[in-house]
Amino acid sequence: MSRTLFSFKGGVHPPGHKAESNTRPVHAAPLPKKLVIPLRQHIGTPAKPVVEVGERVLKGQLIGAADGYISAAVHASSSGVVSAIGPAVVPHASGLPDECITIETDGRDEWIAHAPLDYRTMTPADLRLRLRDLGLAGLGGAVFPSAVKLDPGATHPCPTLIVNGGECEPWITCDDVLMRTHADDILQGVAVMRHLLGSTEILVGIEDNKPEALDSMRSAAAKLDFAVEVVAVPAIYPGGGAKQLIETLTGKQVPSGKLSTDIGIQVFNVGTAHALARAVHHGEPLISRLVTVTGHVLRPQNVEVLIGTPMHALITLAGDREGTTGVLMGGPMMGMPMPDPEVPVVKATNCILVQSNELFPPLPKALPCIRCTRCADACPAVLQPQELFRFAKAGDFGRAQEYSLFDCIECGCCSYVCPSHIPLVDFYRYAKSEIWAREKEKRASDLARERHEFRQFRLEREKKEKAEKLAAKAQAKRAELAADPSASGAPDADAKKALIAAALARAQAKKAGVEPKNVDHLPPDKQHEIEEIEARRAKIRALARQPLEPEENP
Amino acid sequence: MLTAIWVMVAIAVVIGLVLGWSAIRFKVEGNPLAEKIDAILPQTQCGQCGFPGCRPYAEAIARGEADINQCPPGGEEGVKKLAELLGVEPKALDESHGTPKPKSVAFIDENTCIGCTLCIQACPVDAISGAAKQMHTIIAAECTGCELCLPPCPVDCITMVPIAEDLPHWKWKAPVVMLKKVS
Repeated sequence: MSRTLFSFKGGVHPPGHKAESNTRPVHAAPLPKKLVIPLRQHIGTPAKPVVEVGERVLKGQLIGAADGYISAAVHASSSGVVSAIGPAVVPHASGLPDECITIETDGRDEWIAHAPLDYRTMTPADLRLRLRDLGLAGLGGAVFPSAVKLDPGATHPCPTLIVNGGECEPWITCDDVLMRTHADDILQGVAVMRHLLGSTEILVGIEDNKPEALDSMRSAAAKLDFAVEVVAVPAIYPGGGAKQLIETLTGKQVPSGKLSTDIGIQVFNVGTAHALARAVHHGEPLISRLVTVTGHVLRPQNVEVLIGTPMHALITLAGDREGTTGVLMGGPMMGMPMPDPEVPVVKATNCILVQSNELFPPLPKALPCIRCTRCADACPAVLQPQELFRFAKAGDFGRAQEYSLFDCIECGCCSYVCPSHIPLVDFYRYAKSEIWAREKEKRASDLARERHEFRQFRLEREKKEKAEKLAAKAQAKRAELAADPSASGAPDADAKKALIAAALARAQAKKAGVEPKNVDHLPPDKQHEIEEIEARRAKIRALARQPLEPEENP
Repeated sequence: MLTAIWVMVAIAVVIGLVLGWSAIRFKVEGNPLAEKIDAILPQTQCGQCGFPGCRPYAEAIARGEADINQCPPGGEEGVKKLAELLGVEPKALDESHGTPKPKSVAFIDENTCIGCTLCIQACPVDAISGAAKQMHTIIAAECTGCELCLPPCPVDCITMVPIAEDLPHWKWKAPVVMLKKVS
């Protein structure tokens, strides 16, 4: 049973603070009056709204359809009336609004008709499509659409399936509590994953600071008809990171710039497995999740929360206290400060961490980097954080990329150990988003260049085609003349003359037919003027009919 | 003595042949410097530099006929990159060619548009769709914001809309680190 474990380089041991929240029983959060459900909760294309303002929706009804392959649907978390579709503040570090569907709940919490999926008889493609339409996305934090991850493809068999119960980040206990209370459901979900991926080896990695979860998962695994190995891994931050857990359990490292599937391993969070079981065995879409509400609150606890519930309501439920300085979504190492406590809980929300000056004293002012390389010792991605910092600060993003900036998982170990208190991760995030923006700009300018060049080519081509067409026409005419001189010779010329003569005659007749109007009762001076003009006109006409003088026409 | 001269002549002939052959075999099409300059230019194709597009401007710079500070959409950063490439001192943007503006895309007021196709003919990147007496519209993803469609419009129905910052385009800001004073 015992498995040889490996260890990854680096990592830190921050105080766990798990006991605050994992001892209280799990409750369902009360139904809020208003649910704000963002359409962009996952990585990939945002969902497209399929309801209208004023429409009544039922719990579990599809309100935003998945748009494309890498996308996931969103559903109404409770019954009620859609009151708005438009921008609202979402849980994002930028504080910018994004498209959301707001539902005024009616308190009846009425379910839409739903039925379990018979996943064994469905084709894998159909099952994945159903899971995408049930809104399944990774609940570990990255929120990658699960349907995509469950597609092994022709080239990536996944003999090893790792279920991630690491939960290494301090304060967060939602996965711990989920494993204690819903071990059977989690493993039901794992069975579906195994079915889709065709995995032969299934490992559940749980940090050894969660003995209850380990026991509960082990006893649930013993009841299964396939082998699931529940492994206790040493508690070290970030041991629950996918790449780190892979290395701990298998000794394999995911190569830089590659995915774990490239080495035959797929990793899912325990929360995702649970949601998958609810989707397959009950037909329920992903409309709620377990959230740890902890930090500077009276009763830190785990709550079953409907997606779209305002965070503020959960903080009130856990007992808000004086001296709150901010709210983090996630843990203290990787969490994001929330722009507003009213932002809704989304699929990515694993923890709501309320901050205070006592628990999270403001970071002391930074000192210059002394290049002590403690960050390099702590970095679990085997990077050189001090160099990355130097390049990012200088705006030398190309060099930062050469130093594998994109292997950085933003775990925060470097900032945690930095004796100069430099917010290193902020620099890496800045550098990454600058690089992405530049790449996007470059793609746009390449497209513009291509389109401009094509336009030049098209204009040139059109000009040439026109000239060729005219030349061909002239050529044809000439050939016709050459081939049939009788048709185009003298008789033709005569016909032309006759035509011209006929046209002239018509014009003359028309001119002659035009009589001056309103000339009956003119005063004599006017009459005289008209006569003068007429005489001039007649003279000009006579002149025009005369043949031109030779000297006037050289 | 004579042998040495013959040897030298033979070497010269061989080297000459090799060089002559490689001059034909490895002939570089186009001006590689112009390519590099063109890669730095923003490809707005706005003509504010006085040349009909980014490529002619790049070629003019490569020939030494144009200055590096005539591209307002490229901004100071573009001038700096060009200076770095060409090994010259960066200079301030030439105001006579225009000033940098926030990145925008054209927008056609479809209620006012009469479908005259003049803007379609003016667009350097074919980013306007429509036909005679049919409503026109901008393909926003392909609009470079060059403003060349504004003057030909007989009913002034085109406006430039600055691109607003939204979630997919949001960038982490450069961290401002409070440095502690060390006495």
